[in-house]
Amino acid sequence: MLCVLCECRKAMLKRPKTLQPICKPCFYNVFETEIHNTIVESNLFFPGERVAIGASGGKDSTVLAHVMKTLNERYNYGVDFVLLSIDEGIHGYRDDSLETVKRNKVQYDMDLEVVSYSELYGWSMDQIVAQIGNKNNCTYCGVFRRQALDRGSAKLGIAHIVTGHNADDMAETVLMNLLRGDTARLDRCTELVTGSDDSPVKRSKPLKYAYEKEIVLYAHYKKLDYFSTECTYSPEAFRGTARTLIKNLEAIRPSTIIDIIHSGEAFVLKKKKEKKGKGSVVVKAKVEEKPVPSGGCSVPLAFDSSLGLSNRCTKCGYLSHNAVCKACVLLEGLNAGRAKMQIEGDSADGAAKNIKTLEKLALSI
Amino acid sequence: MQITVEFSGGLETAFDGNKKHVLDVPEGSSVNWLLHHMVETLMPDHKREEGKNIFLQDESVRPGVLVLINDSDWELEGEDQYILQPRDVIIFASTLHGG
Repeated sequence: MLCVLCECRKAMLKRPKTLQPICKPCFYNVFETEIHNTIVESNLFFPGERVAIGASGGKDSTVLAHVMKTLNERYNYGVDFVLLSIDEGIHGYRDDSLETVKRNKVQYDMDLEVVSYSELYGWSMDQIVAQIGNKNNCTYCGVFRRQALDRGSAKLGIAHIVTGHNADDMAETVLMNLLRGDTARLDRCTELVTGSDDSPVKRSKPLKYAYEKEIVLYAHYKKLDYFSTECTYSPEAFRGTARTLIKNLEAIRPSTIIDIIHSGEAFVLKKKKEKKGKGSVVVKAKVEEKPVPSGGCSVPLAFDSSLGLSNRCTKCGYLSHNAVCKACVLLEGLNAGRAKMQIEGDSADGAAKNIKTLEKLALSI
Repeated sequence: MQITVEFSGGLETAFDGNKKHVLDVPEGSSVNWLLHHMVETLMPDHKREEGKNIFLQDESVRPGVLVLINDSDWELEGEDQYILQPRDVIIFASTLHGG
């Protein structure tokens, strides 16, 4: 079968997005060009900008680093890319994948900064799991990673991180927010660029329209050096189930993934009317988006920012809406050996319950 | 006749941990036959139930596992009905592992 684009070479894959049979060179071209278009249409970068690539050594961030380097050279973005990795301290998983990132540093000729949980928080994920058990550890990992990425960027003097979230991840997040009734996050989770007032760093997802199938094939055909092992700690059941559902739907109707993203993008949350109370105005509670790591490891925590102003954590100085930031709340619990947060990510009232638990915890400290 | 089976994306953990196997298969075998043959012969007994679940669904490859036949997407080659040829290289790549 011939490639439908060049009509001269043998087709090697069927594009899930369009069902077109295409050859390898045409595949590289359309895959890279689509990402370039995403970047250009949104003015994602400016010349001279320093941008950190959140690099885990996995397929998504390795493809991201490769494509960013390729496009930067091809289209003269003038961006200075740096690899930024987080060492969560998970033996047999992150130590091995960090070796991959170190090779990527050489392969892509980029600087590499590694920030570790042990160094930042005094706790590795292995130690945290040893203390709290095998449940809820994705919550700790998610909260800590977000802040670790910010701190790593601050150290490098960088205000923009690109992450390897792909179309399948986006669809999964839309579906999870829909299924949880988390309309505030549903409103925002498909945005290409997310900045929030509890983080000094802008985050963006240049691969948001790239199918996982194409990312894996790109990495395979280009023989990219990446690491593929699941995190040794059990993933959330809810996310896993959403992921399986999406993969099953994709098998029947491949456009499902892009269609779910489209639905998420078209969803706009109706603004709540401001209630006029006795001298006080209740502003719509804003819910911040948590970055969802590609490994599928984070219970998003809703965050009440009705204060409307950015404050700093009294313990660590990190931007926070509460007196104590989320990472410090979790750390206090760990340090006191009483981390008993019951976070039921699987239950319908998960998000609401999370806020309450965190707020209570913040008050009790 | 001989064919080669390779795993990537961590799928080898559902089998015996080796990433590459050279197999002797009867001529005229289909990929569907190969899938079951692999479950029977390449998965250790104690891991077979769990491993089969990771690898197969509804008697074919689980969605999320890519199959390449001589580097070509199996969706262009007739999927599990493809008839194996001598020296074929079949790659099974899981997309489900972290990024």
